[in-house]
Amino acid sequence: MSAFTALLARDMRIAIRVGGGALMGALFFLIVVTMMPFAIGPDLALLARIGPAILWLGALLASLLALDRLFATDHDDGSLDLLMMGRMPLELAIAAKGIAHWLTTGLPLVLITPVLGLMLNVELGAMGWVSLTLLAGTPALTFIGLIGAALSVALRRGGLLLAVLVLPLTIPVLIFGVAAANAAIVGPAPFGPPFTILCALSLASFVLGPIAAAAALRHGLE
Amino acid sequence: MQLTAENLACSRGGREVFAGVNFSMPGGEALVVTGRNGAGKSSLLRMLAGLISISAGRLALTGAENDATLAEQSHYLGHQDAVKPSLSVSENLRFWAEFLGGRDAIGAALEAVDLVPLADLPAAYLSAGQRRRLSIARLVAVQRPVWLLDEPTSALDVPSQKRLAELMRGHLVGGGMIVAAAHGPIGLERARELKLGPA
Repeated sequence: MSAFTALLARDMRIAIRVGGGALMGALFFLIVVTMMPFAIGPDLALLARIGPAILWLGALLASLLALDRLFATDHDDGSLDLLMMGRMPLELAIAAKGIAHWLTTGLPLVLITPVLGLMLNVELGAMGWVSLTLLAGTPALTFIGLIGAALSVALRRGGLLLAVLVLPLTIPVLIFGVAAANAAIVGPAPFGPPFTILCALSLASFVLGPIAAAAALRHGLE
Repeated sequence: MQLTAENLACSRGGREVFAGVNFSMPGGEALVVTGRNGAGKSSLLRMLAGLISISAGRLALTGAENDATLAEQSHYLGHQDAVKPSLSVSENLRFWAEFLGGRDAIGAALEAVDLVPLADLPAAYLSAGQRRRLSIARLVAVQRPVWLLDEPTSALDVPSQKRLAELMRGHLVGGGMIVAAAHGPIGLERARELKLGPA
């Protein structure tokens, strides 16, 4: 087994064990979306119209939730030192951790979205489209979040700083994610362009996120 | 194989920790770094491990098998044990063996540190000394010519300290080298001493 897959498998295994936090994001997502109809009221037409935006905001906040511990636990127990000394470039190690984090935190959000749509009066067919935009967009949230997680790793109470650093960077993802979802459900703008840009954002952050995060870790832990 | 440091200096947070450190050691030798608290023992080891940058001077490992860097040829045993509490003892060791690209010697390594009966126990239930031994098992499972040990005997009971000394002797006989930071004896008779800080 290569170092890359070994790290990927380890992080996934830790995440799904007790206290690992894999399902915390999904539960948080569930509770945020559940609260929305109570705050907004029983206006079904309004709920259906803003449903995709609520789902996207919920997914954004939920994917931030477990991110602050991503490097902090490895830093606290000394694993990070060994990861940095390894023969595998640190960028690749970070990419492995990012993929493991998305598979255990981002993917569950995508999978439970169709169920949550019921609470927001979004039709089942339309929920498919929203899920598709989340599938394309949540990797961008994770890999942009890696940068903030790396920057805040050496700080105490880094979680708050993480949110402040990362949320502004995710604005483009949010804009094009909601635009694509709305285009698919109500139109009249075509679905293709915002969805393609969303995919591009995910791919770009998949490449740039680990590089920036590795630079931040090397600098921050000097 | 030869590990050489010339005029090595280290500054942390704008303060000079040590300067003008020279040593040169061939394979099969051990160097024990001593000094008072804050003299820079851990900093020197982290510098050798490539974890902090060299402020001044030169550090070189020559005659190694391939062109890997010093950090890639080294095992670093720091103050923290790099053990994940939710994974079992053998899962922890297997991960590091795979990550560090080692041979498949998990069983023998657990045997060497006397943790075989606990192999399937979650590491959360280990004592500090047992965690330390699990961390030491990594050095046995994966072959690396340079061992960087930061107070390796801390938290270990006397039999475990003897086992560690045997492992270290075996490593030296095989041509490896050891740089260890310590306050007391670590069980190696023919180790050279490098004293940091004011005498």
